[in-house]
Amino acid sequence: MTSPLEQKKIRITGPSVVTANRTWDGIVIYRTAQQGWSADLSDAAIVRTSDEARALLAEAVADDVGAVGAYIAPVEINDTGAIKPGNLREHIRSEGLTIDLPVPA
Amino acid sequence: MYAYDELDRTLINERVSEFRDQVKRRLSGELTEDEFKMLRLQNGVYLQLHAYMFRVAIPYGTLSSKQLRQLAHVARRYDRGYGHFTTRQNIQYNWIKLAELPDALADLAEVGIHAMQTSGNNTRNVTSDQWAGVAPGEIEDPRIWSELIRQYTTLHPEFSFLPRKFKFAITASEHDRAAIKVHDIGLRLLKNAEGETGFEVLVGGGLGRTPFIAKTIKPFVPGRDLLSYIEAILRVYNQYGRRDNIYKARIKILVHELGIEKFAKEVEDEWLQMRDGALTLDDAVVEDIRSRFTYPVYEKLSAMPDELKKAAHDPHFEAWRKNSVAPHKVPGYAIVTLSLKPVGGPPGDATADQMDAIAGLAEKYSFGEIRVGHEQNLALPHVAKRDLPVLWRALDKIGVATPNVNLVSDIIACPGLDYCSLANARSIPIAQELTRRFANHDTANLIGRLHVNISGCINACGHHHVGHIGILGVEKNGEEFYQITIGGRADENAVVGTLIGPAVPYGEVADVIEDIVEAYLALRARPDELFVDTVKRLGVEPFRERVYATR
Repeated sequence: MTSPLEQKKIRITGPSVVTANRTWDGIVIYRTAQQGWSADLSDAAIVRTSDEARALLAEAVADDVGAVGAYIAPVEINDTGAIKPGNLREHIRSEGLTIDLPVPA
Repeated sequence: MYAYDELDRTLINERVSEFRDQVKRRLSGELTEDEFKMLRLQNGVYLQLHAYMFRVAIPYGTLSSKQLRQLAHVARRYDRGYGHFTTRQNIQYNWIKLAELPDALADLAEVGIHAMQTSGNNTRNVTSDQWAGVAPGEIEDPRIWSELIRQYTTLHPEFSFLPRKFKFAITASEHDRAAIKVHDIGLRLLKNAEGETGFEVLVGGGLGRTPFIAKTIKPFVPGRDLLSYIEAILRVYNQYGRRDNIYKARIKILVHELGIEKFAKEVEDEWLQMRDGALTLDDAVVEDIRSRFTYPVYEKLSAMPDELKKAAHDPHFEAWRKNSVAPHKVPGYAIVTLSLKPVGGPPGDATADQMDAIAGLAEKYSFGEIRVGHEQNLALPHVAKRDLPVLWRALDKIGVATPNVNLVSDIIACPGLDYCSLANARSIPIAQELTRRFANHDTANLIGRLHVNISGCINACGHHHVGHIGILGVEKNGEEFYQITIGGRADENAVVGTLIGPAVPYGEVADVIEDIVEAYLALRARPDELFVDTVKRLGVEPFRERVYATR
């Protein structure tokens, strides 16, 4: 899972979303088509071209107060239209740890 | 324990107020993330995958019961009820909210704890032997000198913006439990032929993507000259260390590129200009620091009390005692290691309830003192041997008496891809599976001392390079793979391990480690030949053959 911190050029090869962490509490959020943020991946705006990705990322980065560290992340869209994280890193960010927490939530 | 003075308390409280203001300005938009990032890092606040991560300093790994209770309180009040003890004797919280961080810092400040310089390009927490002050044969308590360095480096204006982070470790024992040879500066306390206290100074050690074992730059620096000599090293590094490439910015690269002789000459030239100046430590300064450490008033106790003789008939107690109890410098007392490596658990994690319970047990049985070791376990440094059986039962009840200290399931692991934004692969599930595979303590004892270290990326927070078996997570085409090294060690004979072959997929790592261990059991010359000594004697080839013959 190459860290998105190393993401230098914007070139996407499939459906993608823009994700970040919410500034005040750090939780994972996704940029929506309504120029806002949601903690639910299913609300995310999907981009399919590099130009769309660049525009959505620029809009997300402009919200410096609301979100930190915005970047483009791959997703998969299944036959029913459901959005799934495109790699293990994003799966962990979206679904949570792959291990049990020492103290159950 | 070291007692902070008014200056320390004022400094910590002022820092809380300063950070509270910075957070307020960040949340209002007055500060951008670019402006705020360095400020939060200087207070130990990272942004990880799911949340902010907050790293709190535990200088030289020493805690009081009161402090541990406050760490538990922070875990419970501001996080998710647990904390993670790190390879640099700190504690990290994984789920903390930025908006609540100033309150958490304020609560910690009440007991003299802070997060200054637990991140950023400055001098980090000074680490030391977790048995400091109680280990038999120790020259003197290295924490006195650790504290001196802590005070000298805290908010030092010249060294707050170094080319890269900078880590000290100090030991005063022959056997190095502080991993000084993989630190930027490693200090080994010793006495010269005249009986004068001083230090062998090592420089340029470190792990990460370019591992180096530290080299001795000066075999003996008198104690009075310690700070001036350190300052000379830092000045040379500050001047010549690379700032154009983060991967080449650590002092280890400078030492390697200049060569130790040339680097040493630069330091010597710098030092000669300042050695008898303001940084010279007179005895009064050292004694003042020493006087602020309080030590228990030990009783005269039997080295083999009846309670211990009786408990020796219990095989479960004996299994624990053999691995977890170490000799103390005072007869009748022992050092007890608390394993934070339960079978199937994440290495180094402790719940708030466990921390509270340990704080209580430390008060009852260890003069209210707890230590954190770089192996991610805790220790009670002053336990009367007569109390060992009752303490064992209490520790077992709260899940920190797994009899695996220094055995194959006593694994060092970084948080890995489950938490960390830098990671390429998961570490914790690999560690958990290995602890299950080696859960049989008879088998683990038969194997003997074996350190398995796991890192989820090349930054090597899990010290994989110096594990007897090192496991490094890498990414290949979107999948988790793991490189395996063997023969590394982090002690006085520190050496970087050797890669045995191509990386193996996630699902095969535990099988590979089992193969390596089985090969060792078949190849060792004697039952007491340690794994790492067998690798040294035979090289990696027999292990490589065993692992890859059928893969």
